[in-house]
Parts: sequence; structure tokens; C-alpha cells
Amino acid sequence: MVDYEVQAPPTTGSAQDAAAYLKAKFPGAVSDDTRPGFQGVIVEAGKLTEVAQAIRDELGYNYLSSATAVDYHGAGDHMEMVYHAYRISGGGALNFKVQTDREKPVIPSLVSLYPGADFQEREAYDLYGIHFSGHPNLKRILMWEGFEGHPMRKDWKEAYYEGEAKPFDSRWPSGWVHRAEEKNIYGSNVRYPADFDLSKLADRSDEAVYSSASIGVDYQRMTDPDDIRTDQLVVNMGPHHPSTHGVFRMVLKLDGETITGLEPVMGYLHRNHEKIGERNTYLHNIPFTDRLDYISSMGNNFGYVMAVEQLMALGARYTAPTYRSEVIRVLMAELTRIVNHLWSIGFFLNDIGAFFTPMLYANAEREKILDFFEATAGSRLMCNYMRFGGVFKDLPERIRSTANLMNDKIRDYNTMEFLSDMINERLPRFLEEYDRYLTGNEILLERTVGQGVLSAQDAIAMSCAGPLLRGSGVAYDVRRADPYSIYPELDFDIPVGKQGDLFDRYKVRMDEMHESLRILRQLLPRLEQTKGEDIMVGTKAYSPRIPQGEAYGRVENPKGELGFYVVSWGDAKGTQNPWRYHVRAPSFINLTALGPMSVGQKVADVVAILGSIDIVLGETDR
Amino acid sequence: MYGLGILKGLGVTIRHFIDTYKNDVFYGFNKGKPAEEFGVRQGTKSEGIYTVQYPDEKVAVPERFRFTPFLVVNDADHPDAPGEDWCTSCGICSKVCPPQCIWIVRGTDPATGRPVPQPEAFFIDIDICMNCGFCAEFCPFDAIKMDHDYEMSNYDRTSVNIHDKERLSKPFSYYRSIAPTTAEEEADARGGWEHTDVIKEKKKAEAAAAKAAAAAAPKPAAVPVAEATADAAPVAEAVTAPAPEASADDEEQKKAERLAKREAALARKKAKGE
Repeated sequence: MVDYEVQAPPTTGSAQDAAAYLKAKFPGAVSDDTRPGFQGVIVEAGKLTEVAQAIRDELGYNYLSSATAVDYHGAGDHMEMVYHAYRISGGGALNFKVQTDREKPVIPSLVSLYPGADFQEREAYDLYGIHFSGHPNLKRILMWEGFEGHPMRKDWKEAYYEGEAKPFDSRWPSGWVHRAEEKNIYGSNVRYPADFDLSKLADRSDEAVYSSASIGVDYQRMTDPDDIRTDQLVVNMGPHHPSTHGVFRMVLKLDGETITGLEPVMGYLHRNHEKIGERNTYLHNIPFTDRLDYISSMGNNFGYVMAVEQLMALGARYTAPTYRSEVIRVLMAELTRIVNHLWSIGFFLNDIGAFFTPMLYANAEREKILDFFEATAGSRLMCNYMRFGGVFKDLPERIRSTANLMNDKIRDYNTMEFLSDMINERLPRFLEEYDRYLTGNEILLERTVGQGVLSAQDAIAMSCAGPLLRGSGVAYDVRRADPYSIYPELDFDIPVGKQGDLFDRYKVRMDEMHESLRILRQLLPRLEQTKGEDIMVGTKAYSPRIPQGEAYGRVENPKGELGFYVVSWGDAKGTQNPWRYHVRAPSFINLTALGPMSVGQKVADVVAILGSIDIVLGETDR
Repeated sequence: MYGLGILKGLGVTIRHFIDTYKNDVFYGFNKGKPAEEFGVRQGTKSEGIYTVQYPDEKVAVPERFRFTPFLVVNDADHPDAPGEDWCTSCGICSKVCPPQCIWIVRGTDPATGRPVPQPEAFFIDIDICMNCGFCAEFCPFDAIKMDHDYEMSNYDRTSVNIHDKERLSKPFSYYRSIAPTTAEEEADARGGWEHTDVIKEKKKAEAAAAKAAAAAAPKPAAVPVAEATADAAPVAEAVTAPAPEASADDEEQKKAERLAKREAALARKKAKGE
């Protein structure tokens, strides 16, 4: 037995120091995760609340980035909840885990300590069936109430289930084509319990939503035609409402025009991205990440390849990506940030009533950047550009369209000239003009200043990220707080807001575009210097060998911190598919703050508040 | 002054409005706009808001643009093997395909039952294809490439969107026309404009011929004369032995067969289309 001496909690040291402190403070309840390739500590479920309290208050890990479940079915047969906590002042993650029984999984809820765990615990409950004791609003979040089973469990099979892992054997060498629905019209995967009465099939989602804590309406009385009450009005905004930027629904409880409660309802675009990701091979997932936040697919690629590269680095033979590929990656990530913010500001202006003119001005610039993406990666939105160890292809010599039968109008520009024109002249000029156009506008100021305020403490507690967090005055940016790629050598500032209102978020986005341009200007000479160097490490392999272990790769995406938690069993399990593939989606977690920000505001402001969070439903619902 | 911001903003809108029509006025509202004007409007120097009047006007796509995959086959006027598939049915594209939309039936020799490097059938379910381009990227034979034809709408989902080998096959010259630079880079990497295997065989034949020639040539005097002649003679014979007459006939026949097959396939395709 090692004799630990309890010392003053290290509030600045590494995660190892923190783990040592926890082990000394909670002997027996906290132990190291000794599985090869795994990090962090395993906490006993009964002590979780106390340990998390110590982690937050004594060790200073006050920002819970990600909380997700893993099903180790057939590999230890337990459920595991994995938490990644960070210090808001910067530094690496403290990774702590709780294990529980697979059949009756119960884990204490951390919502009281980290309100940002709210949606993430609900997601784990929905998709894994883990019960969080003490959670104030434990109901399904992505699936509907009444859905049978928990789809992310390893033994749950989707309709048209074909195999545990891709590639499927039916495709080659005797791949006579068939459609899944022809072979399997309803699918043997659709099961009804023996005593199931189809006439009783009911979606209980509405009841659950209306009776939830924030709405708190008596559903029976609300739907009773004899009981007419007028003091409380419940309004459904969405899922088909133009202001929700997709299929997103907000249930509002109103007192007159003032909001007294808001319950976000999502999952209309849910496709179980993570289950698909676990059936896929590592490579297959890259184009799937494009479909998350489809406005900034380059950033999604970046996060995912970083996570898998972290896993590859656990192996013996690993070389980091080449310098040129890192430069190109950052170039793409920063251009994506501009693309996203142009889009988001344009639509935010739409939401507050400046109909489509600001949005079209912004989109005209965005188109030019997309032209560059298209010429480089082959697609405007679904870029699928980054690979493990590099990028798909080097920048083309010329951005040019080729003559063929369909296309008669030819464009032809030198790529580097196009880029430097964009970065040095066109975009700065546009941003200056856009600033003149909007920032001083009195209508915009009236609509945004002092509205939808989110305090810095709340923003941190609710795990908000990106411009939402920085708008509240917290200078937390993963590019600085936990640097990756070549960001340490680049010179840029992190714009923050003062009071955390809608205007501050708008301003932060505007300023971030200027900072991105600053970064891009530093990248141009680096691109020239590295011209002709390799963009890939080694040869491109379609089935890279990924050693056993876990990795959490996170990048500062335009919408906030995008994280990928990937668990690999390496060769032990034979397949080259991720055992766990989790997306920490900023659009999803940022919505935690929507309710608290909206209460007390008017209905028209909710539209603006949602617009200022900047969500994309492809990422929210996954 | 209250309202100054709004006025400033309106100034920006008016400037945009004027910019939008400035070029139109310059080119006299010419509907068939000159190509150089199109290039300016699509480039970094453009001003105002400009709409491309699709489908009357189309923006040409760049070379790396990817839509759905197609299979590369030899041109119809190829001297040796017109219309021959480049695909060797190795199955890598169907393995790297993320949504698993590629189906390949590997060809077998009817006599021996052993696999031959040619696909018997090849299907791509275009509905499922996610246009990622992995198949083209990882194909070791450059046999599958991404097409630029994005106008594929039709009224029937169930049968039309499963593309078979006939529908997928497009001549190599088409690929060179849509992606000239990339095709050239790939040809450089392969070592010629032919299929990898053809190039390899050619190189092999060349090497063998060179070897034979070297062997047939008189050795340096230091080598014992008796040994050298004894070794060299059979090798030289073996290489030159396949009589040109017989094999040429065979080749001719095969070529004719292939051409006929190709023509029949094209006729079927045409009949189907009409």
C-alpha cells in the first residue's frame, strides 16, 4: 500500500497531481484506470457526488466539457460514464469515470454540481438507459417517450440491421445488389412485446414535455375541454418554425407576452450518428462528421482526425502530421470559422427582423470561400478533406473549372492569388463595410443590448462554449487553453464580451472573424515556405491500425468546443471499428442555457436568443 | 445623433444596389454575358450581388468536384482492348465506401472457376452514395473516379438509381476531359497513360527483352565461352519462341470479340435509354 499524504489541493498542476490528490483524499473510492491506453481515474458510484465536489471546488476543474456513457457489453459487462472536466483557466483534462451494472445502471446525477451535465445525462439515459438519481428532469431527449429500448446499447439492433461492423460481407466478392427494404420490409428487428396492443400505441412525449419542471402544466387539465383556463398559455414554437433554423421545437409557457418557462424539444433530425459511427471503420467516419455541423465541416473533420491521431500516437509506430498539412488544416479551420460566423450573423439579423439583406451580403462572401473549398476538397459543404496523418490533397495550383459538355462558363484563378486577395483585401474590406452597415444600427442595438443576458458563472456552469461563453466575458478558447496543431506559434487574441447579452455575442463573432483573418495572414507565408512538402505521413492506408485506448480530441469549432471521444479495442477485438464514438456537440450543450436565458424575456426575444446561440440541428440531434 | 447608424447602413445598401447593376450597364444588359465578365463576377474582384441564372447559366465545376462515381474503361478506339474495364474487382472501393453502396461481383473463369481480375457485375446505389470520393481516392488502379454530372433527377427511385456496370462505365477520354490535371498526375504516378497492369506487363516484357538481348549479346571475354553460350541459347529461344503469327491471330480474335461485346452493350444501353 502506498501511503498517501493529504496535501493542499493542487489547483494548477497536471491531471496526475489531481488524481493523486483524489486517491489520497478518497482512499478506496478512487483508483487509477489501468486498462492499457486509458487515462484518468475510476470513481466508485456511491462516492461520485463527493468526489465531483472536490474536483470542482478544491481542484478547480469547474468546466465539465463532456459526460458520456460507454457500454462495455461483452468486455467486462458494465456501463461506464466518462467525464472530462477542465479548468476554465486552461490546461488538460481530468478524466474521471464511474462504472455501474449493465442490467440496473444507476449513477448519481451531477446536475446540481455541473448544470451543464443536464442534457448529457439525459442523452445517456435515453440512449443507454442509465438512471441518474437526483436528476431534476430525467426523460428522453433525442428519442420520443415510449420508444422501446436504448439504441446505443451494444445489443440493440436498428431496423435494416445488416452486420455488427462494416465492411459488410454481402458487398464483395459476390455483391449482387439488393435494397435493404426489399429484403426486410418491416424488418425482423421490429418487435412488439407479446402482450402488446397496437391500439394503445401512444406517443407520451407531449405529456412529458408539458409536465416537465420548466413548463409544469397539468396535462390532464390542459387537455380537458370542460376546463377553460386563461391565466397560463403554452405555445409551441416549432418544429416547423422559420426561426428555429431547422426542426427544433420550443415549448413556451407564457404570462401575457412574458416567458415564464421554456422547454427545448429536439431529436427530430436524430439519426443515431454515434451508432452509425460505431458500425463504421475509423476512416468511414470522416465524411459522416461532415454531416454534423454542416456549415463548418472542415472543423468537424479536424476534431475527429485529431482524436484518432491521439489514439494512433499510443501505438509504437506513429509520426505526427507534416507541418504543411497542419498549416493547411488551420487554414481550412479558420476559413470555416469565417464561413460559419458570416452565416450565423446573417441569420441572426434575419431573426431580429432585418430580413435577408444582411444575410445575402454575408453569403456572397461565404460563396467565395466555398469556391476555394470546392476546388481543393471537391465539395462546398461536405468537404471530407482531412485524413489521419494529413489532408486529402494539396492545394490545387489553380482554382479552375474545366471545360466539359455541361459547363460553358470557365473560371480560372491562381489559388494563392485568390487566397491572398480574399484574406488581404476582400474579406477585411467586407468586414469593415459590414461593421459600418450593422454595428451602429439603432434598431439592432435596441433589439440586442441588455437582452438574453447570461452571466459568466452560469455560462461556465452550464458548459457553454464558443461565442456564447466568450460573449459572457470568459476568455476560454481551446486554441489557447489547450492548444493543438500549430496554434501556439500563431499570434491572435480572444475577443470577449462584457455583459453577456445578445449584442456581445454578435460582437464577439464579428471580432473573431477579424482574428481569423489575422491568423490567415500569418498562414500565407507559411504556405509559401512549405510549398511542395508532403501533405501526408507515409502512405495513405484505408484501414489504419489503431491501438487500444481512449482519446478525447477537441477543437475550437466556430460554434464552440467540438470534442470526439473515441475508444478503441485495437486488435484485441479483431475489428477496426471504434468501440465508442461520441461527439461532444457544442450546438447541443449550448442549448442548456436557452431556457435560463429566455425566462423573463418576450416571445420575440426568444427567436433572437436562439439565433445568438447559433445551432445547427445536424449537430444538435446527431 | 439617433438614427445615424441606420442612415449609414442605408448608404451601404444603396452602394450594393448600384454595384449590382454597374456591370450590367457596362455590358449593356447582355444576357449571353461574355465569359471574362463571368470570371470577374465569380472571382475576388466582384462587386454587388450577382445571381447565376441556373439552368440557363451554369457555373462550371472545378476539377476535383465530386458527385457520383463512375468506372473508367478504355476508349472505343483503343488499339488493343477497346472498352475494357480498368477495374480488377479487388473490392477495395466497396470496403472503403462509408455507406456501403458499392456492390461488386468478382469475375470467375468459367473453365477453372478461379477468380479473374475483372468484375462480372458492378452496382452503385446512387441513393445511398454520400459523394465522399473515398472509392476514387483509394482505388489502386485509378479505375473508379468521381463524375461531374450532377443533374440526375428522375421519377423512379427504385430501379433507376441503382447504376449497373453499363451505366457506370465511361471512357478514359471522358475522364481526361473532366479532370485533365489530375489525370496527368495519376498517369505520371502510374508511369504511362495505360492501365497499371498493362504498364507493368509492358515493363516486364521490356525487361525480359532487354535481358534476352543482353544474354544473346556476346559476353565479355573474361567469361568462359562454353558456359555463356550454353546458358544464353535456351533463354533467347524461350523469349523469342512464341511465334508472332499464332499469338497475333489470337489477339485479333480476342479484340474482335471484345469490340463486338462492347458494341452489343452500347446497343443495349441505347435501346434501354429510348
